[in-house]
Amino acid sequence: MVAVAVVRVRDLFAAAMLFAIYSLLSAGLFTVLDAGDVALTEAAVGAGLSTILVLAVLTLARRHEHPTGGHNWLALAVVLVTGAMLGYAAMDLPEFGAPDNPAQLHVGAHYVANTGPDMGIPNMVAAVLASYRSIDTMGEAFVIFAAALAVFSLLSVRPHRDLPGVRRRRPISRRRWRKSSTDRKSS
Amino acid sequence: MRNNGILRILARFLIPLILLVGLYIQFHGEYSPGGGFQAGLVFSAGWILFVLIYGLERGLRAIPLKVMYALSAAGVLIYALTGLVGVLLGGRFLEFSDLLTNPQSAQQAGIIIVEFGVGLTVATVAMLLFTLFARRRRQWDDALSDEDDPT
Repeated sequence: MVAVAVVRVRDLFAAAMLFAIYSLLSAGLFTVLDAGDVALTEAAVGAGLSTILVLAVLTLARRHEHPTGGHNWLALAVVLVTGAMLGYAAMDLPEFGAPDNPAQLHVGAHYVANTGPDMGIPNMVAAVLASYRSIDTMGEAFVIFAAALAVFSLLSVRPHRDLPGVRRRRPISRRRWRKSSTDRKSS
Repeated sequence: MRNNGILRILARFLIPLILLVGLYIQFHGEYSPGGGFQAGLVFSAGWILFVLIYGLERGLRAIPLKVMYALSAAGVLIYALTGLVGVLLGGRFLEFSDLLTNPQSAQQAGIIIVEFGVGLTVATVAMLLFTLFARRRRQWDDALSDEDDPT
């Protein structure tokens, strides 16, 4: 229901808030499924940080979505067909938590058996993330760092279009922009 | 928001608590759900709340922008260098067993160090992204008001 509201609402501020609620609900769902680490991540990333970043971006954009006329029937058909196929495939999924699930049979059993003797710590998720699959986690850290670099380089460029709601004849001149950015740095 | 008493009092109570929870998630990650990623985000959320209440200038006085750049790179470096130390001590890249004589505590030490690196990077990157977006609007307004002045 919240997801439908996110799609329907035209006020972007309200959409951001509803999306945070949606993330928080998913986090609760993960908690119910005993996935504490995932729930914590979902709550911190989905409900926390991404909402704040969206709000920060909203200070640079209009508050309301552009109304678009008509309906995109092709998109609706694609979504319905994909959803129906996923629902059909979900009927073949093994029962939740069954001991002979594929997830329980491959490397998972090795981690469960060896985390204690290898490292002596109870949280297997931490053991897998930081030690068994350490290189993956390093790649993740590099991706986050690269994201910061990308945002920094994109936001350092002088804007060529006006802020919404501001009517002016020409874009901000280079000298003014540089002056305002150096002022900010020195203060 | 700086003049709203309720927000100020609540923030004064909440911000230390959030920062503390962040550190707890960071260093208790091997025993309870958590780890560097979540801890970094929670920690940066505390800082962002501080900025929302007290303004960006005071937030940047607590953690300057240059420090954020340096720390976000340092976190990744800590991670990679920990892997390299393992190589120098005769193991494979990011294999922690050779860091200390006891392989079990070596694994724990390795996990704590790399999780600290991840936490450092994630926290500073989150702060950095927020600062960059928040500052952009300010820069824009400054440039516009400058141009309106005839001087």
